[in-house]
Amino acid sequence: MQTELLQLVSTLGSALLAAPEAGHAAHGTAQGSAHAAAAVPGMGAMGQWALLVPFMPLLGCVLVGLCAIGKVRSKLPAWITIGCLAVSFAAAVAMLMQTMHGNAGQGQTSIVKAWDWINLSFSSKGDMTGTAAALTQSLTANFSFYIDTLTCLWMLFVTGLAAVIALYASEYMSHDVGPGYIRFFAAFNLFVFSMACLVMGDNLVLLFLGWEGVGLCSYLLIGYFYKKAPAVAAAKKAFIVNRIGDLGLSIGIMLIFVVFGTVEYSKLFAIIQSGVLPTGETLRDHWVVWVAPLLLTVGAFGKSAQIFFYVWLPDAMEGPTPVSALIHAATMVTAGVFLIGRMYPLFTADPHLVALTVVAWSGVITAFWAATIEMAIFDIKRVMGYSTISQLGFMFAGLGLLTPTGAAFHTFTHAFFKATLFLGVGAVMHGFGGQLDLRRLSGVMWMKGFGLVGIAMLVGSINLAGVPFTAGYFSKDLILAQGFATPQGMIAGSQWIAWILLLTAGMTAYYTFRTYMRVYVGPKEFVPGNDAELVELGRHPKGTSLDTWHAQHGHGDHGHGDHGHGDHGHGGHGPADHGHGTDHRHAARYDFDPTTEEFDPHPPGAAMKGAILIAMVLSILAAGLYFYKPIHAAEHGGWVAGLVNTSAVAVSNPVVESARGGLLFGQDPHKLMYYVSAGVGFAGILIAAFLHGPKGLGGLFIGNRTRAATSRADVLVGLFGPLTKAARNKYYVDEIYHWLIVRPLNVLGHVFFLFDKLVVDGLVNLAGFAPRALGHAAKGQQSGVLHDYAVRMAVGVAAIVLIAMLLGSGGLS
Amino acid sequence: MSDLMSTLAQANFPSPMAPATLAHYLAVSGIMFGLGLIGFITRRNLIIMFLCTELMFQAAGIALIAFSRYHMNHTGETFVIFVLTIAAAEAALALALVVLLFRRKESLDAGRWSEMRG
Repeated sequence: MQTELLQLVSTLGSALLAAPEAGHAAHGTAQGSAHAAAAVPGMGAMGQWALLVPFMPLLGCVLVGLCAIGKVRSKLPAWITIGCLAVSFAAAVAMLMQTMHGNAGQGQTSIVKAWDWINLSFSSKGDMTGTAAALTQSLTANFSFYIDTLTCLWMLFVTGLAAVIALYASEYMSHDVGPGYIRFFAAFNLFVFSMACLVMGDNLVLLFLGWEGVGLCSYLLIGYFYKKAPAVAAAKKAFIVNRIGDLGLSIGIMLIFVVFGTVEYSKLFAIIQSGVLPTGETLRDHWVVWVAPLLLTVGAFGKSAQIFFYVWLPDAMEGPTPVSALIHAATMVTAGVFLIGRMYPLFTADPHLVALTVVAWSGVITAFWAATIEMAIFDIKRVMGYSTISQLGFMFAGLGLLTPTGAAFHTFTHAFFKATLFLGVGAVMHGFGGQLDLRRLSGVMWMKGFGLVGIAMLVGSINLAGVPFTAGYFSKDLILAQGFATPQGMIAGSQWIAWILLLTAGMTAYYTFRTYMRVYVGPKEFVPGNDAELVELGRHPKGTSLDTWHAQHGHGDHGHGDHGHGDHGHGGHGPADHGHGTDHRHAARYDFDPTTEEFDPHPPGAAMKGAILIAMVLSILAAGLYFYKPIHAAEHGGWVAGLVNTSAVAVSNPVVESARGGLLFGQDPHKLMYYVSAGVGFAGILIAAFLHGPKGLGGLFIGNRTRAATSRADVLVGLFGPLTKAARNKYYVDEIYHWLIVRPLNVLGHVFFLFDKLVVDGLVNLAGFAPRALGHAAKGQQSGVLHDYAVRMAVGVAAIVLIAMLLGSGGLS
Repeated sequence: MSDLMSTLAQANFPSPMAPATLAHYLAVSGIMFGLGLIGFITRRNLIIMFLCTELMFQAAGIALIAFSRYHMNHTGETFVIFVLTIAAAEAALALALVVLLFRRKESLDAGRWSEMRG
C-alpha cells in the first residue's frame, strides 16, 4: 500500500511537470507502422499522468474516508469528490487528445502500467499436444491500463457525468450531512474507480475486478437508505442477479485463458488477428470462437439488464436519484455494452456470428418488452428505469447488428440525456417529498423555480424520443438503419429485428411524452401522497377508483398538519403550526418514511440547477458530434465512428465493413431512416399529446386533460383491459421469478439444512453417543460386592489356565 | 541286628505305596489352593476370607518347594522364603485394613460394603 501511495504521489508530481512534454514526445513516435484499417492500431506512448484518470477517484475515496474518521459534518466530502472527479475528467480529455492524434493522426493504443499484480508462471504435465512453449504457461494480469480511443470515449462520459452528478448530489443529499453523506460519497468515488478499472483495464482480470467493484458499489448505493426494507431488498436483488451474470463472465474469462493462453487484450487481439491459436489450430474452426463470446454475453446480460436479467433495475430506483442517474443510466449498465465492444474482435471471429445473433435478439426483445411495460406504469422514476432497459436493448441490438459505432454513439448520447432526465425527475422528487406518481403531479414546469427543470426534461425527452436533429435521433438512427443495411444472411432475422426496433422507437416516443405531458405541462396540480399504496406501481386502494378515493378524502385534507398521519413522529405538532421554516424533511433522508413525514414542496437549489443545466447543454451539444469528422470517419457516425474505428474494434473491421448493402424499400437505409424514424417519432409524440396533453394547447388534435389524475387514455385502459393490468404490474415477472426460482431454492435450502442437521450432524453426534452408550451398558457390571469381584477374578484365572493348556497341548501335538 | 530291625520295621507294615513323585506334591498344592479359593469366594467373614488367602499363599509355597526339589536347586526354596516374608507383611497390612473397616461398619460381613456399585 505504501509503495502504491508513493507511486501515486510521484504520478501526480510528474503529471504536473511532464504533461506538456509527454504530449509532444508521443506525438511523433508512431511505434506501430501505418496499418491498414483491419488491424490493431499502432502502439504509442502515454505518460504516467494517464493514471490520474482511474486513481483520482480512488484518492477521493480515501480522502472521504478520512473525513469519516475526522467526523466531518459539512459538505466537504462532496467538494472533495467533485474536485477529484474534475481532475480525472481533465486527465481523460487530455488522454483523448493524445490518443486521437498519436500515431500520425491514426489513433494510437497505449498501455500504462501502474504496478505488477498477478504474475504467475507454471508448467503443466507433458501430456498436452503442442509446442514445448505451451507446457509452460503464465498468467499475467497486471494493474495496467489499455488506452485506445474506445477507452477514451467511455472515460469521457463516465468521468464527466460523474463530476456533474456529484455536484447535483452535493445538494440532493444535503439533508443527510454527516455519516450518511460521507458514506454516499465514499461509495460514489469507489464506484468511479471501479468503472475506470473496468473500462481502462488491459486484461480481463482487471476488467472483472472493476465489474465486481461496480456491482458492490451499486449494492452500497442502492441500499443507501438502509433502514427502508424495500431499499435493502432491492440492493440484494441487484447484487444477486448481477452475480448470476458474473458466473458466465468468469467462466468465459477462464475459458479464454485456457484456450488462448493469455488474458491480456494486446496479446489476445494479436492471436485473434493471426487466426491461429497457440496450440496450432485455426481459430475459426475451434469451438471457443462461439462458446467464449456466449459466456461473455451472459455476463453482459446481467450487468446491462437484458431480458430475464433486467428485474433488478426497476427496483434499483429505490436508491437516491443521483445514484440512478449515474449508475443505472449512464455508466454501470453500459459496462455490458463496453465488454462486448471491447471483445468485438473475438465476437466477430466466429464465421457464423452466433453470439452476435443472440445479442441482437436479446436486445430487441428487451427493448420491446420494457417499452410495453412503460406505457402503463405510473411511477415516473420507474418509467425512466424501464426506459434505460429499453435503450440498453437498442444498444445491444446495435452491437448485434454489426454497428459498434451505432451502439457506442447511442451509449454516449444516452448517458447524457438519460442523466438529464433522471436529474430532472430527482428535482421533482426532491421538491415534492418523494411524490412520483404521474396521476398526482401536473404542470410542474409552470411552478415557481421549476422552469429550468421543465426545459431540461423537454430536451431529454426529445432526445429520447428521437426528434430530428437531436443527439438521440442520430444515434438511434444508426442502429435502426443498420438493421436494414446488414445483409440477410449475416444475422438471422435482422429484418424482423429492424421492424420491431422501429415500432419500439415509436413506443419510446409515446411513453416519453406521456410522462412529459402528464407531469410537466398542463394545469398546475399537486396531490401530496402520504399514501404509500398509490405511489407504488399504479395500485389503487382496493375497490375504489382514483376519483372515488379523491372524493372520499377530499383534496384539502391532505394539507400539512391536519392529517392523522402527521402527528406520529412529531410530538406537540399543533394544527396551525407547520414548523417547516427551516426543517425540510425530504425523501433524501436515509431514514425518511414518506408515509409519516411532512414536507414542503420547494424548487431545486443552485447546485442541482447547475448540474441539470450542464447535463442538458451536453446532451444538446452531443448532436454536433455527428457532424464532426476529424479522423477516420466512416460514412456515418461522425466523430464517434472515428474513435470506434481506430480502437481495437478495428480488428473486426472486415466483418463490420461487410455488413452493408441491404436496402429498405429499395433505398439506402441510412438515408431513408432519417425520414422514417422521424415519422415514427412524431407519430408517437402526437398520440401522446392527443391522449395525455393538457387542454388549451390549441387545435383539436391536442388532448383535453384538465386534472392530474385523468386523461383520454383512461378510455383505452378499459379497451385493453387485462393487458394493461398486466403491463402495469410489469407482467408479474417478479412474481413468476419468485415462484419459479426463489421458492424452489428456498425449499432446497431447507432440504439441505435438514440434511446437514440430521445426517451430517447426526453422524458426528453418533460418534459421541456411541461410547457413552457403551459405557452405560458396561456400568451394570460394577456391582460393588467383593465376592462378585473375587468370582470374576477366579473365572479369569481359570480361563487363562484353560487357554494356556489348550494352546500348549495343541502346540505339542 | 540291623536286618532284624529293618525286618521288624517293615514286618507289620503294609507294602509301601508308590514313592512320592512331583505329581503328588502338586496335587496337594492344587487341592489346597482350590480349597483356599473356594473358601475365599464363599465365606463372608473378612478374617476367614483373609485366612483363605493365606492358605492360597501356602499352597503356592508348596508348589515352589516341590519344583525346587524336582529341579535339584535352591531357587524355589529361596523364593518361598521371600513369599513367606511378604505374606507376613501383607498379613499385617490386611489386618490393619480389616480393623479400619470394622470400625466403620461394626461388622466383619463382606457383603455389607457395596457403595462402589454402578
